[in-house]
Amino acid sequence: MTALAVENLWKEYGDQVVMENVSLSVAARSFVAVVGPSGCGKSTLLRILLGQERVSRGMVTLDGAPLPAEPGPDRGVVYQRYSVFPHLSVLGNVMLGPELQAGRFSGRSFGAARRALAEEARAMIADVGLSGAEDKYPAQLSGGMQQRLALAQALMMKPRVLLLDEPFGALDPGIRADIHKLMKRLWHERPMTVIMVTHDLREAFTLGTRVIALGRTRDLPEEALRYGASITKDIEIWPPRVAGGGSVFDPETPNGRDDPAFETSTTGRPDRTPEI
Amino acid sequence: MRLINQQFSPPARAALKLAPFVLLIIVYLIGSAARLADNPGDKLLPALSSIANAVDLMAFTPDRRTGEYLLWSDTWASLKRLGAGLGISTLLALVIGIGIGILPVLRALLAPFVSFISMVPPLALLPILFISLGLGEVSKIALIVIGVAPIMIRDLAQTVLALPREQIVKAQTLAASSWLVALRIVLPQALPRLLGSLRLQLGPAFLFLIAAEAISADSGLGYRIFLVRRYLSMDVIFPYVAWITFLAASADFAIDRFRRWLFPWSELEGGK
Repeated sequence: MTALAVENLWKEYGDQVVMENVSLSVAARSFVAVVGPSGCGKSTLLRILLGQERVSRGMVTLDGAPLPAEPGPDRGVVYQRYSVFPHLSVLGNVMLGPELQAGRFSGRSFGAARRALAEEARAMIADVGLSGAEDKYPAQLSGGMQQRLALAQALMMKPRVLLLDEPFGALDPGIRADIHKLMKRLWHERPMTVIMVTHDLREAFTLGTRVIALGRTRDLPEEALRYGASITKDIEIWPPRVAGGGSVFDPETPNGRDDPAFETSTTGRPDRTPEI
Repeated sequence: MRLINQQFSPPARAALKLAPFVLLIIVYLIGSAARLADNPGDKLLPALSSIANAVDLMAFTPDRRTGEYLLWSDTWASLKRLGAGLGISTLLALVIGIGIGILPVLRALLAPFVSFISMVPPLALLPILFISLGLGEVSKIALIVIGVAPIMIRDLAQTVLALPREQIVKAQTLAASSWLVALRIVLPQALPRLLGSLRLQLGPAFLFLIAAEAISADSGLGYRIFLVRRYLSMDVIFPYVAWITFLAASADFAIDRFRRWLFPWSELEGGK
């Protein structure tokens, strides 16, 4: 099933063509990593998918319907920086989305609803490994913890598509490896399609089910203005990784898992056990 | 060691902080003593004893005509005007500044206008205000608002515009409407800066207040200073100036404390 489809997309800023004739169809529950050199339109593509920028020509559809022209709760986002709100505590940041949804005037929820929400938020905070930091402000967290918080905050909205803009680019290698594990697990557990822009090829191949390289096909300086970037490589990861299951060769997915989602997705039916 | 790397122990730092104040008092005392030695009737730099007498007269002796303690009634009259002027300016800055900062339509409509208005020299408008609004409280408060509000509005709009675009987009992916972005994302982050801007405007606000009171009033700190100036009563003017300075400095300190207490996170951000 196709979650997100881009058809013949062109993006121009005045005379400058940034992206030309990009077509892409992303299957539901896949994890697409978009790579490419700086200035090849990776982030522009992400902003278009987010609804922050309009296409010049072409069409983007989400689950068959044209993409709304502005950002909304069906598409979550985590940026490299500024993804969390400095004036809210960790708990406040995670509760923010559902609170904004509950109180259309005050932007807050009260009483029992608030307590239930706080409970849910605490569970989410624990899930991303931030227990104990509920009352801290983002400025008191390390970079890795801030990104965990940003993930938790975005996932509270149960987005259909999660967009990641170089989310782990500013982290130390050790911390990055930890958060990769977390990201993988979250993708397996939650019904979402992930699109991640990164300049780290290793990261792209570690996490993605599919790696898309954007680049300019014509690179002469005098042509730079009139020729935009398009998709130069489209690589399906082999053996395929499947959301909820993972590749059989994937060392980070435990084999002895007893959850039914794991078995259904690798054999296709619940009454058979996968042959590993 | 380079001067830029110098460090001081707490007592040394305290001594350095106090030194300019002590120096000022010593210079005054020497100057005053020298002038009084030449001419015991000198009024320009009165001795501490005559200043103390004047303070006693203004602050702790009821006025013969009205029965009021003049320093306190002057202070009350001035603070009412100042509070009203700054309060209205703060509210205007909050509403218009945030509006300009987040709504493209208000930005297009009002940003150039506010920038233009903020360049009008407020004191040049004073005669117009007195003629059109009368000599009462309204014109004095209006002068403070005209002098202070445009700058606060511009400052706040700049602060809001400087918020990372990512935050605004993120809030929208969390289902925020324009109103909720303003209420839950922009307003809380703008308030600490608004208080900071209020602190910076205390000085100009006092300037406009005293200018207005000097020209037309029947009470107020500025009114008193300009009244006793006719008799060269430096023994009254010096304590009044010191008192005004003290009031402004205390307000400055109190607003900053209030900000830290209300927005503990703003301190963390600043420390980064």
